[in-house]
Amino acid sequence: MAHEHKLAIFRGLLKFKSNTQKIWGVLIFLSLVTAVEVLLGIFKPESLNAKVFGMKLLNWIFIILTIVKAYYIAWDFMHLRDEKSGLRRAIVWTGIFLMAYIVFILLQEGGYVFNVYDKGYIKRDF
Amino acid sequence: MSTAVANTGTEGKTWDGGNEPLRASYGKMMMWFFILSDALTFTGFLAAYGFSRFKFIDAWPIADEVFTHVPFFHGNYPMIYVAIMTFILIMSSVTMVLAVDAGHHLNKSKVTIYMFLTIIGGIIFVGSQAWEWNTFIKGDFGAVQTKGGNILQFVDTHGNRVAIRDFATKNPHNERVQHERKNGLWFVSEGSLPEYSVEDVVKGLESHKDVLVRTQLINEHGHKTVLTREESLKQIKTNGKLVVHGANLKVNEYGSSLFADFFFFITGFHGFHVISGIVLNIIIFFNVIVGTYERRKSYEMVEKVGLYWHFIDLVWVFVFTFFYLV
Repeated sequence: MAHEHKLAIFRGLLKFKSNTQKIWGVLIFLSLVTAVEVLLGIFKPESLNAKVFGMKLLNWIFIILTIVKAYYIAWDFMHLRDEKSGLRRAIVWTGIFLMAYIVFILLQEGGYVFNVYDKGYIKRDF
Repeated sequence: MSTAVANTGTEGKTWDGGNEPLRASYGKMMMWFFILSDALTFTGFLAAYGFSRFKFIDAWPIADEVFTHVPFFHGNYPMIYVAIMTFILIMSSVTMVLAVDAGHHLNKSKVTIYMFLTIIGGIIFVGSQAWEWNTFIKGDFGAVQTKGGNILQFVDTHGNRVAIRDFATKNPHNERVQHERKNGLWFVSEGSLPEYSVEDVVKGLESHKDVLVRTQLINEHGHKTVLTREESLKQIKTNGKLVVHGANLKVNEYGSSLFADFFFFITGFHGFHVISGIVLNIIIFFNVIVGTYERRKSYEMVEKVGLYWHFIDLVWVFVFTFFYLV
C-alpha cells in the first residue's frame, strides 16, 4: 500500500532505488513511446501500410503503444501496482470487458453502414 | 494501515465504516469507482467516433492535413503541436505523482511546490487546447460544400493546397448583405455570410488553369483523390452549394462535418475535465498551504486528487491516438 512501493518495472528487468527515481524512469519511457508515435505519425513509412487483420499495421502499432502507455500511467502513476490485486482486477477487468464490448459492437455496425452506402442503393456522392 | 484520512470516529468499528476492504480507504475506492465510470463515458464517446469513422471510412479527414499549425511558426508542421501538448500533460502528471510521493514523507514544502507546478502545467495545457480550437474554427484554405454535404477542396497541379481567397474572383455587383435584426425582420437572424459565393469560385476556377478539385475520397495510396481539370469544373458547377471557411458544428472545411462535431465534443469534454481537475488541484493546494493535511498527518487527499489528474492524462493518451495518429 501507500508507503511500500514496488520498484521494479518491465517484469523486474529494471529496478529503481527509490520511488522518485521510478517516476522519472517511467517519464522517460512514456516520452520515448510518445516520440516514436509522433515520428511514425509524421513519416508514415510505406512499409507499415500492409493490412493485418483488416487494419493497417501502422494503426495496430499506434493502438498497442497507446495501451502500453496507459498501462504504465495506471500502474505507476496511479499506483495500481501497489494496490491489492483484488482492487486492481475489479477496476481493470470490469473496464476492459465493457470497453471491448461496446467498441466491437459499434465498429462492427459502422462497417456495416459503410457497406450499405458503398454497395447498396443509397447515394452520397453528389 | 495508517493512511486513513480524517479521523471520522469509525476506527476499528468494522460494521460502521471503519473497515477498509481491499486495504483502500473509502474515499480512495470511491475515486476509483468514479474513474471507472468516467472511463466508460469516454469509451462511449470514442467508440461513437469510431462508428462514424467506420461509416465514412473512405472519406474521413486525414488528421495530418487538419492539424498542421504551430504558434509563432508559419508553414506546415503536422503533429508537432499536439506532441508538445501531450508532453506538457505527462509532465504535469509527473509533478503530481511527485507531490503524492512527497506527501507520503509528510514533506509539506515539497508537496506545495509540486502541486503548484501541476496546476501550472494544467493551465498551459488548457491554454494550448484553446489555441488549437481557435485555429481549427478559423480554418485555413476554405472549401466548397456540395449538395450532398461532401467537401471539395482545391489543390495546384503539384498537389499543394490552394486557398479560395487566392483564386476566387469576387463579383463587384454582388449586393447580398447580411440580414440583421435592426434592418430586417426582428424575429429572424442570419449568421455571417461566406466571403465568397460559389459563382465567385467557379469564375476563379475557370480563369486559373492550374487549380484542381480534391474530393474527400481516399485512394489506395492513402491520399485524397484529385480530379482532372474537366471533372473539377463539372463537380463545382453541378454540385457546389456553399463556400465554407473553417469549422463549426454545422460545416467543416476539412471534410465530414461529423469529424468537427466529435472533435469539439470529445476534446471539449476532456478540456472540461482538465478545468475541473485544475479547480480541485487549487483547492487541495490551498489546503496543503494552510496545513490541513499536516495536522491530519496524512496527505491522502493529494493522492485522491492525483488519481483524478492522472486519469485525465490517461484519457488524453487515447484521444491523442484516435484523433491525431490512427
